Amino acid sequence: MSEELFKAMAQSVIDGDPDLAAELAQKAIEQGIDPLDAINKGFVPGVDYVGEQYGKGEMFLPDLVLAGEAMKAAVAVLEPEIARRGGQRQTLGTVVIGTVEGDIHDIGKTLVATMLSVGGFKVHDLGVDVSVGKFVEVARAVNADIVAMSALLTTTMVRQQDVIEALEDAGLRSRLKVMVGGAPVTRSWAEEIGADGYSEDAIGAVAVAKQLLGVG
Amino acid sequence: MARPIKSISDPRLRLDILTPEDVRRIHEATLEVIETVGVRFPSPKALEVWEAHGAQVDRDRMVVRAPGHLIEDALKKAPPVYTLAARDPSQDLPLDGNHVYVGTDGCGVQVIDLYTGERRRSALKDVAEIVRVADYLEEVAFIWIPVSAQDCPPETRGLYELKAAWENTTKHIQTESIYSEREARASVEMAALIAGGREELRKRPVLSYALCTAPPLGQDPGTLEAALVAAEAGIPVGFMTMTSCGTTAPATLAGNLVVGNAEVISALAMIQLAYPGAPVFYAAAQTAMDLRTGGYTGGGPEDFLFGAASNILADFYNVPLSMGSFATGAKEPNWQAGIDNSFSTFMACVVMSDMLLGVGLLHGSRIWSYEQMLMDCEIYDIVYHMMKGIVVDDEHLALEAIRAVGPGGNFLTHKPTKRHMRELWVPKFMDRRPYEEWEAKRDGARDWARAMAQRILETHQPDPLDPKLSEELAKIIAKA
Repeated sequence: MSEELFKAMAQSVIDGDPDLAAELAQKAIEQGIDPLDAINKGFVPGVDYVGEQYGKGEMFLPDLVLAGEAMKAAVAVLEPEIARRGGQRQTLGTVVIGTVEGDIHDIGKTLVATMLSVGGFKVHDLGVDVSVGKFVEVARAVNADIVAMSALLTTTMVRQQDVIEALEDAGLRSRLKVMVGGAPVTRSWAEEIGADGYSEDAIGAVAVAKQLLGVG
Repeated sequence: MARPIKSISDPRLRLDILTPEDVRRIHEATLEVIETVGVRFPSPKALEVWEAHGAQVDRDRMVVRAPGHLIEDALKKAPPVYTLAARDPSQDLPLDGNHVYVGTDGCGVQVIDLYTGERRRSALKDVAEIVRVADYLEEVAFIWIPVSAQDCPPETRGLYELKAAWENTTKHIQTESIYSEREARASVEMAALIAGGREELRKRPVLSYALCTAPPLGQDPGTLEAALVAAEAGIPVGFMTMTSCGTTAPATLAGNLVVGNAEVISALAMIQLAYPGAPVFYAAAQTAMDLRTGGYTGGGPEDFLFGAASNILADFYNVPLSMGSFATGAKEPNWQAGIDNSFSTFMACVVMSDMLLGVGLLHGSRIWSYEQMLMDCEIYDIVYHMMKGIVVDDEHLALEAIRAVGPGGNFLTHKPTKRHMRELWVPKFMDRRPYEEWEAKRDGARDWARAMAQRILETHQPDPLDPKLSEELAKIIAKA
């Protein structure tokens, strides 16, 4: 019985159908299925399949993003049940992400956030035009493992450096890793400002995050 | 001496890419989006303009919903024809619908060094040197700030770039790297100094602004406020959408056009509401995301179609167009760069887009290459010749010559051949040598382009800017 449900869960992720995924998650709770099983035996195989197909060039970025949305919808339904049972979902680490102050470019940053979340990280997305202070404050509050910053303008890129300096001043720098990205950002810029990781795109960002934390 | 400018005019080719019915449907869909979904204008000043004219303004979300007639009436106030002035009036560029002009691309962040071949971060010196080479090239009619002067402070970087550009060219400058009201005010002062006063600047705008929208359906706050400052001073202002199928726009091409069109015409309408009759232009570089990475592609059939479709829309609104062509996604000057830049430039030219952006950048407008710059000029030169079409008249039917030579002769020794031979195209960088000569040397387009760029940089002296003016420009920057 649950085997069939697990299969349907995987398929809802493969089809990128968040509504159906949430519905199936609810069904699992009603049937008394362990919510961690629902995630790991139901939805995760769907994410894995999409990832594999993507790797082969058979599926594309929208497939990945929609699979991520379906996964998120399911987890949102299941998490309260996990907590009620006194369990906890393992994540690979906590990421605080945002676009730096003075910059309102959203899409690339959001894509990275989604991919990290699908990849198994807990992600706090602070949005765009995020002040230096806000990055530091949230990084401290959630005990972040990674602070990730995006910038699309050459004039706002310099804020990435300000955040790194502020993390130093706050005594947080040695406890976490910093990742930077955005169209004008290059590896040499990342190195110059003392960031730990850099990626040119969202898929690469997940690999970098895993590598920085030595996980996955 | 100011160099001549090679612009396309009196075209003999044409392309029907959108029917009048297509354009009407895109326009109506656009108005519906602006009226019911709205466009984000995150600037109190811009929102005030909209409110004063009766648009529905959601102050919390900074979203404007404007009725179609408000947009249409505002756009009617935009001048259909005006001139981009140059420091040297012989290089003025009338935007009259019968000219295509090419600019340098912008705004890159790295430069492939002309001598060492090393890729490095761009600096102010690069702006000056690239502009000096552009000043020489006939194919380049105007300057976009080619790379970012990253060794200058971010708050006034756009001003340093302008100064470097004016010191190295007499051609028109269109900046795409002014992002704040404060910088805009200083840039107006600088332009007025070059033009000889505020009133002269209004008559002869030696500077224009290309500003980016923030898709989907949004504008950038600093950009809006900079645009209002420029428009008040009579500096032509354009808004460029870079909507991308699948990320910042629907996956469909028509849907992409609607979203980008809504961004551009709502911004142009806002300028007209604030300063009726201010010169404005449509600007676009729509694309499709890369399906694998979501990244910017800088080429592909979608881009080429957009390149031709945008001018049909700009014509419908009766304003000039600045169109993103060239700007290949290729990492180096290669097969991909040749394809991207040839198709995109042809498609934008065949519909007579007024301004093309632009020559010289690789990797989706991020890395400057002098080699690519010169090869892009050659691509444009090919299109320039194609746009002349085939002239069919008595002289060109050449019956006299055919009779004189007859069967089995040749036309080499015939006088009209010499008369018309210069109508035939001569390449600078195409390899048409005997095979053995190539085999012995193994050089080619990139080597020749690099050598030519080096020669220009080492020998070309643009008409200098009066050192006193340079000093004054520096003072304005220092105060900004």
